Amino acid sequence: MNLFFAVLRRDLLLAWRTRAELGVALAFFVIVASLFPFAIGAETARLQAVGAGVVWVAALLAGLLALPRLFAADHDSGVLEQLLLSPEPPVLWVTAKILAHWLATGLPLVLLSPLLAMMYQLSAESGGVLMLALLLGTPVFSLLGAVCAALTLGLHGAGALLALLLLPLCVPVLVFGAGAVSAWSAGVGLAAHLSLLGGGLLAAIALAPWACAAALRLGVD
Amino acid sequence: MNLFRLSSPQTFYPFAGRLVPVFAMLAALCCAAGLALGLAMAPTDAIQGEVYRIIFIHVPAAWMSMFIYLVMAFWAAVGLGLGTRLSFYMMRALAPTGALFCFIALWTGALWGKPTWGTYWAWDARMTSQLLLQFLYFGFMALTAAIEDPRRGDKAGAILALVGAVNVPVIYFSVQWWNTLHQGASVKPGQSSMATLMLAGMLVMAFAAWFYSLAVSWARARRIILERERHTDWAHAEIARSGSGEGGRR
Repeated sequence: MNLFFAVLRRDLLLAWRTRAELGVALAFFVIVASLFPFAIGAETARLQAVGAGVVWVAALLAGLLALPRLFAADHDSGVLEQLLLSPEPPVLWVTAKILAHWLATGLPLVLLSPLLAMMYQLSAESGGVLMLALLLGTPVFSLLGAVCAALTLGLHGAGALLALLLLPLCVPVLVFGAGAVSAWSAGVGLAAHLSLLGGGLLAAIALAPWACAAALRLGVD
Repeated sequence: MNLFRLSSPQTFYPFAGRLVPVFAMLAALCCAAGLALGLAMAPTDAIQGEVYRIIFIHVPAAWMSMFIYLVMAFWAAVGLGLGTRLSFYMMRALAPTGALFCFIALWTGALWGKPTWGTYWAWDARMTSQLLLQFLYFGFMALTAAIEDPRRGDKAGAILALVGAVNVPVIYFSVQWWNTLHQGASVKPGQSSMATLMLAGMLVMAFAAWFYSLAVSWARARRIILERERHTDWAHAEIARSGSGEGGRR
């Protein structure tokens, strides 16, 4: 467990010291979301209809931008090899790395989302629902993304390949995440969407670190 | 003959070599019979007219595309669990065929949709999950092609195939959920009870798709075996015998 916290602390510290890079991903998130009104028109009703979906897609794309840095630097410097050689189970520190990555790249997106919700004329409640859905959904994205980032570690054109592997797998997150907001506006209630997102999160927490650790072993030796 | 002996590439190679022409022949026969049944003998559909006849291609292709993904995931699990090389070769050999059937299902579905629904594409649950399955096939093929070390490619592809197989039911469920929420029930094809000849034509075509997949994937597996086992004496001799001098590096 010590290793878990050591890796978590180290990765958060590294993320803080390279915060300019994280800022770029956040700026990308805001810019992608603010391009849509120029393309589709800015009538209030239209913005309200597409708002949640646009914010979700922008969040996935921004997350995709940040994903390669999850393992690449440690792979180049040989830290990953040392971690794999350590007697601790890889699942432990893999989970710590994913958690640190989500705290550094996912959580800021969640915290920024009310701002975008406001730009899309969503009501305060809808914005809150969006934030809640993102809070449950972005960790699933980080977990699945970690598996795909480990699979593509060190390959040529890893970035585009990562998108091809990861985005189809994330469709359920998108469906339930963006669907939560439309269900709330339609007065259907949230429980089903959020429960399914939560269930997906638990399943991903249980399975993804194992797959990720197995994929990392392939990538390193 | 002990079936497990076939898990050795050296045993499987000549075995598959004998059976591939048989499967290819059976595929051609079933295809001819199925098309005759479907296009000439089956009655015209009361609701849809002649256009329904596309199902003799469409339905077997859609079945096959989903089934092949499961078989790929099965070989991936066997390969990761037992470390058998041939399992990985089979997994790789199946992917292009699955992707092809997936594409045929989408394409014929679009051609059928235009006269029936009035549009080539609808965001119907089944079509959308078929599209996502196509993306999963592309992802698998792109990943295995991008990795130069063949053993890493095997295992990485296997992990991806398994992650995808776990995700496929979730994707199907989520897309159905999304579809009912956004669209209401879309037009469903007239599911009257099928005439016997129609059903027979479709089943014979499904057998054709099965035999075709077996023939093509085993032939492809044979190529992969030769390429990957070229450092062994028997594969080397086989390459020299078949006269294609290249690739026989030792």
